[in-house]
Amino acid sequence: MDLFEGNLELKEIQKLEGHTDRVWSLAWNPTTGVSGIPAMLASCSGDKTVRIWQQNGHSWECKAILDETHTRTVRSCAWSPSGKLLATASFDATTAIWENVGGDFECVATLEGHENEVKSVSWNASGSLLATCSRDKSVWIWEVMPGNEFECVSVLQGHTQDVKMVQWHPNMDILFSCSYDNTIKIWAEDGDSDDWHCVQTISEANNGHSSTVWALSFNSKGDRMVTCSDDLTLKIWESDSKTTSPVGDGYAPWIHVSTLSGYHDRTIFSVHWSREGIIASGAADDAIRFFIENKDGLIDGPSYKLLLKKEKAHDMDVNSVQWISKETRLLASASDDGTIKIWELASLP
Amino acid sequence: MTLGLINANPIVHAKKERIARTEDLHGDDATTDFVRDIRDPEHPYSLEQLSVLSEESITVDEKLGRILITFTPTIQHCSMATVIGLCLRVKLMNCFPPHFKVDIKVSPGSHANEESVNKQLNDKERVAAALENPNLRQLVDECLYSNEL
Repeated sequence: MDLFEGNLELKEIQKLEGHTDRVWSLAWNPTTGVSGIPAMLASCSGDKTVRIWQQNGHSWECKAILDETHTRTVRSCAWSPSGKLLATASFDATTAIWENVGGDFECVATLEGHENEVKSVSWNASGSLLATCSRDKSVWIWEVMPGNEFECVSVLQGHTQDVKMVQWHPNMDILFSCSYDNTIKIWAEDGDSDDWHCVQTISEANNGHSSTVWALSFNSKGDRMVTCSDDLTLKIWESDSKTTSPVGDGYAPWIHVSTLSGYHDRTIFSVHWSREGIIASGAADDAIRFFIENKDGLIDGPSYKLLLKKEKAHDMDVNSVQWISKETRLLASASDDGTIKIWELASLP
Repeated sequence: MTLGLINANPIVHAKKERIARTEDLHGDDATTDFVRDIRDPEHPYSLEQLSVLSEESITVDEKLGRILITFTPTIQHCSMATVIGLCLRVKLMNCFPPHFKVDIKVSPGSHANEESVNKQLNDKERVAAALENPNLRQLVDECLYSNEL
């Protein structure tokens, strides 16, 4: 299906209510929503809980509430690639690991070590590594051991302010972090020495952001990345995907491709790139916007254009937008208004 | 680390006369009323008495649902500026409908670390974390609900 401007609408499918404080973050279970398995979504909130929502026919229901574990805001959540484990990062300085045992969620591990608020958690593509980041300015890499054991293999110092988000590359063991210090840092392992180090820093000096970088996301191929910021812009970056080795002479640095500005007029908190190439962004202006690559004018290199905007998507700030991982156009959004909305990007009849 | 006061001898001004307001519940002047009696974190005086806030400090756009507050710390190196900013934010959260967007800044040139203070005051994740900190929360509550004035 071609994507033409003007023939799409964002249809609200359902509003999910239940959280009693702002909803910070969302994660779709990657193994659900296919082959008859009902889609499953995790949400986390300032109410210190995590909720698990599941599709039942045409509606979504809350199937579980994960509480009495985190003692402060749960800021971020992430499913392991197998969909069996859910990691949750909290302002209480811990990261909890939950196992889905026949629909019941059991806290099987608690990762301690950060000095204060943990802000984000991410699994690598194979599920063998976990990364966390904190207001303590550090990024930690944890190795997943048998028996739900997690061993810290590296503590990465480099950011000069709190680290807002960590995200693994979709198919290589390269880690990306973005920060209140306005930079994006890229971390890779040194050959076989088990040592991780920073291989690139993207700052304002090299076309980067001029304020806090809140989030980042990759296209399905993994050769482009989008970042969003308090500077009210989205930026697209590109790397030579033919290079597989992340270190030494083989490292292909990420280069600025395009800056999208003048769309959101308050902080952009979340950005997510769909498998078919649609970038969704959610911001403190209560709006959700969609962008696609502009294939018309390739003379000056790749460029991106606005596909659709949804003003007043929520009553308050939009904190998270997440496409379902499968080939449908379902999107979930989370807001300061305490609700989650499920949307379908649909063609107008 | 000093145990003394950050600003030991602040200049204290008179409180402005209160005007009974019947209309315009959320206008600039009404909003000033909401915040000018917040107590200073260090002294038993209100933010208005210390000229941290004045009537010109507050701009409310009811149509767009936006509020801008610019305050003036009593001294250039005031480490209490972030606490004052938190107090203002909590007070406005309590007085306005939740969809209002609030921007809080120190007035230009009034603080040695103006840019970093402004950035911190408007990072909602740091604000949320600060308000979950029991000590900071207590300090904020003492300023908001003080009987000392």
